[in-house]
Amino acid sequence: MSDTPFIKIQQDDFDLTTEVAKLRQGHKDIGAVVSFVGTVRDINEGDEVSVLELEHYPRMTEKALEKIRLEAHERWKLESSLIIHRIGKMYPTDQIVLVAVSSRHRENAFHAAHFIMDYLKTNAPFWKKETLPNGEERWVDSRVSDKEAEQRWAK
Amino acid sequence: MINILYFASFREVLGQAEEQLPVTHSTVSELLSELAARGDHWKVALADNANLQIAVNHDVASRETVIKAGDEIAFFPPVTGG
Repeated sequence: MSDTPFIKIQQDDFDLTTEVAKLRQGHKDIGAVVSFVGTVRDINEGDEVSVLELEHYPRMTEKALEKIRLEAHERWKLESSLIIHRIGKMYPTDQIVLVAVSSRHRENAFHAAHFIMDYLKTNAPFWKKETLPNGEERWVDSRVSDKEAEQRWAK
Repeated sequence: MINILYFASFREVLGQAEEQLPVTHSTVSELLSELAARGDHWKVALADNANLQIAVNHDVASRETVIKAGDEIAFFPPVTGG
């Protein structure tokens, strides 16, 4: 389990409004909230996808996500941040991931949310397996474009 | 003993999720050589795999990382979350 309320790995769906309200709670100095929600597409690599299953490495996932979150706080002045990632079976249109950050001014929140997502994609130990309509199962390959997206944040 | 974990496609190809081995290796690289001797599946998935991802005690590691008794070593393919 996670040591922080700001990282959640869960099978259940999440509610954006509820989560953002919690993020803002007790912070009267917040002037900007940026949230990103990743969702399940019904198509990948040109094929229709029926089911997406998310596997993770318990404990390392929480540690990796917390490291990314804290690095975002070091790089930009943020008031609060939250990462929720779902695991298990999901279906097209389902929500998979939520990254939400708050700051006094919008610039920091935009950058930090973008950074957290780019780093999560290449550094957090999650793996996707998709099932096609004919029942065929396949592991999703990592993308070079994700690695390039991460590198834009290199110091 | 060390605890070894295999995730995602590795777990399927190698037919196991976890195993314990006595510590007879000083680095991840030496452990990989021992595992490679089990057969082609092992060699191709792990030792010869340029995209092999390694973690020791939940931190990103490399083939040069030193291992000791009680460590948890994980092998997995590039991650695809988000």
